[in-house]
Amino acid sequence: MPHSHDSPDRRALLEGRGLAFSRNDEPVFGPLDFALHEGEVVLVEGDNGAGKSTLLRVLSGLLAPTSGEIRLRGEPLTLARLSPQVALLSHQTGLKHELTAFENLRFAAGLQGQRKGISPLSALAGVGLDGYDDVPVRRLSAGQKKRVALARVLMAPVALWLLDEPYANLDHDGIQLVNRLLERHAHDGGAALITSHGAYAYTSGTPRRIRLNRLFEDAVEGAVA
Amino acid sequence: MNALTLWFHKTGSPPTFYRIAGVLVPWCYGIGLVLGLVGLYGGLVAAPRDYQQGDAYRIIFVHVPCAWMGLFAYFFMAANAFVALVWRIKLSEILAMASAPIGAAFTFITLVTGSLWGKPMWGTWWTWDARLTSELVLLFLYLGVMGLYAAIEDRRQAARAAGFLALIGIVNLPIVHFSVNWWNTLHQGSTVRLIGPSKIDPAMIWPLLTMALATHVWFFGSVLARTRTGLLELDAGKDWVRRIALAEGARRD
Amino acid sequence: MRPGSTSSACAAVIRRDLTLIWRRRGDALNPILFALMVIALFPLALGPEPEQLRRIAAGVVFVALLLAGLLALDTLFRSDYEDGSLEQLVLSPHPLSLLLGCKVAVHWLTTALPLIAVAPLLGELLHLPGDVRGVLVLALLLATPLLSLIGAVCVALTVGMHRSGMLLALLVLPLYVPVLIFGAGACNAAQTGLPFLAPLLWLAAALVLALVLAPLACAAALRISLS
Repeated sequence: MPHSHDSPDRRALLEGRGLAFSRNDEPVFGPLDFALHEGEVVLVEGDNGAGKSTLLRVLSGLLAPTSGEIRLRGEPLTLARLSPQVALLSHQTGLKHELTAFENLRFAAGLQGQRKGISPLSALAGVGLDGYDDVPVRRLSAGQKKRVALARVLMAPVALWLLDEPYANLDHDGIQLVNRLLERHAHDGGAALITSHGAYAYTSGTPRRIRLNRLFEDAVEGAVA
Repeated sequence: MNALTLWFHKTGSPPTFYRIAGVLVPWCYGIGLVLGLVGLYGGLVAAPRDYQQGDAYRIIFVHVPCAWMGLFAYFFMAANAFVALVWRIKLSEILAMASAPIGAAFTFITLVTGSLWGKPMWGTWWTWDARLTSELVLLFLYLGVMGLYAAIEDRRQAARAAGFLALIGIVNLPIVHFSVNWWNTLHQGSTVRLIGPSKIDPAMIWPLLTMALATHVWFFGSVLARTRTGLLELDAGKDWVRRIALAEGARRD
Repeated sequence: MRPGSTSSACAAVIRRDLTLIWRRRGDALNPILFALMVIALFPLALGPEPEQLRRIAAGVVFVALLLAGLLALDTLFRSDYEDGSLEQLVLSPHPLSLLLGCKVAVHWLTTALPLIAVAPLLGELLHLPGDVRGVLVLALLLATPLLSLIGAVCVALTVGMHRSGMLLALLVLPLYVPVLIFGAGACNAAQTGLPFLAPLLWLAAALVLALVLAPLACAAALRISLS
């Protein structure tokens, strides 16, 4: 199954080929083949422990794959080439509780730069937290923290979003919001890989799906490109 | 792939290394034991008494080879850690981590024999002599590497982190040595040396060198034996380990 | 889309860390209190004779500050690791070593510098001769950044662990030995009227080296621990 297509897909923003990761020599996921194109949202589904978060950490360059390769716009991936192009939202939101929402986003803007036309304040408004800029993150609810973290992703001047469980902790409006953001990002030529354990899903349109099964069941499915 | 890298990959593959090491280990232990007995005979019986120190000096035949080994093992560990970190070779990670406890043991013996010798010579078990102090820091460096290796759950990540620490330690070792010497001159420490420069009787040289050779061979035997165990542990899920375990089980039945 | 400049990223790190420390400013006094208490233990243990205390004063102040710095090291990356912002640092498009260097600099400014400021006072408690005070402060100014830099590499190696305190001490203290020897040695040499410039210059040379190498090593160590 690995190397099902031989020539690198030039149009793909992100492409994984025979991608697998093991920890302590125990396979976590893969081997996996997939391609993610501009304007596309791909949903990674799988049960708890199927390796969704690990996959996102591998794709973001935090972990090195055990085997296989990742290509970014057809070129082999290095952290230096990847980091200006990717924003990762992981389980830990990366927010400082002692700082206000605005201060957190200002730090993120300094660290990662900011998208043209989006400021920390407008990003906050974009996730429905108008007027919360002066509130210390400590006092926000879990869902509101998630929204601040989403505002950070929204602000990042990158084409590729890797969102780990973006729907977790969010209410109905929040889920709609995430879908709207994803749609707009895809419309603007960006791409996103999101995970979900299945309780919620990206509903607008029909996103391509990658199904990660537990490896013991020996049925790993690459998405059909 | 040229011949050398090919050879490296072949020997570095766990099953091959496991087999070769299995053949080498008994030889290393055997040769080490014989050389050690010969060296000890030469040092403890054949060599003449020292006119100043009497028989007490004879502890150098254990102390000095162990001190050399303490350093040698550290270099061996750091060299393997370097290979492991740069080329991500699993075998080197295990080799590096296998040599840490052995080196620590040699360093510990050095410290114990040093203080045993110190009792009749200086009248005290411990003196803050430059060499002993350096050895003590060396022991701490070993313990740090072993502690870090034991504390991280993921074995390969643990080996990389501990190997990195070993590399920092190797940069630090000469600095420690230099600073401790400076400190010793500042405080006018003891100047009695366990072995003085080049005033040693030739009859003492050959047992010393034989002992040095014996400890080296023993060290390699021990490293290989530990590495074999480490390989089995790390590759526990792999086919080659399963085959060995099955063969072992069949032999016992 | 613009990724922003490296200098603005460094400025953002420095600004955020300073703000955080200001918000938790109650904690800033802890290292000083700790050092003060350690110093107070010595006369209690050894007796109050000024002669005896004077002899050990510089060394004790040095060790007390070293230990206070060791305790403070733990906070360097801990909260960043726990809330995930360390991950964001690693993923940022800027050189990780520079960003970490900024973090270490802020940490040194806020933990070590106050300690150095009170060091002459601590020396006074142990009857440190007045003319050694200057050498003590100078030695500390050169030694404490070294301690912070070396310590940061070891903290990076233990960053993912719970209860890493004792282990961190085991990793760090052997590496601190030369710094302690030269730093305290310079003070002792000055106290006994010996030339003390050489050990200070050695410290300065080591500091220059560490300023270049330690952030790189720290970044490499962090990548290992986060993998």
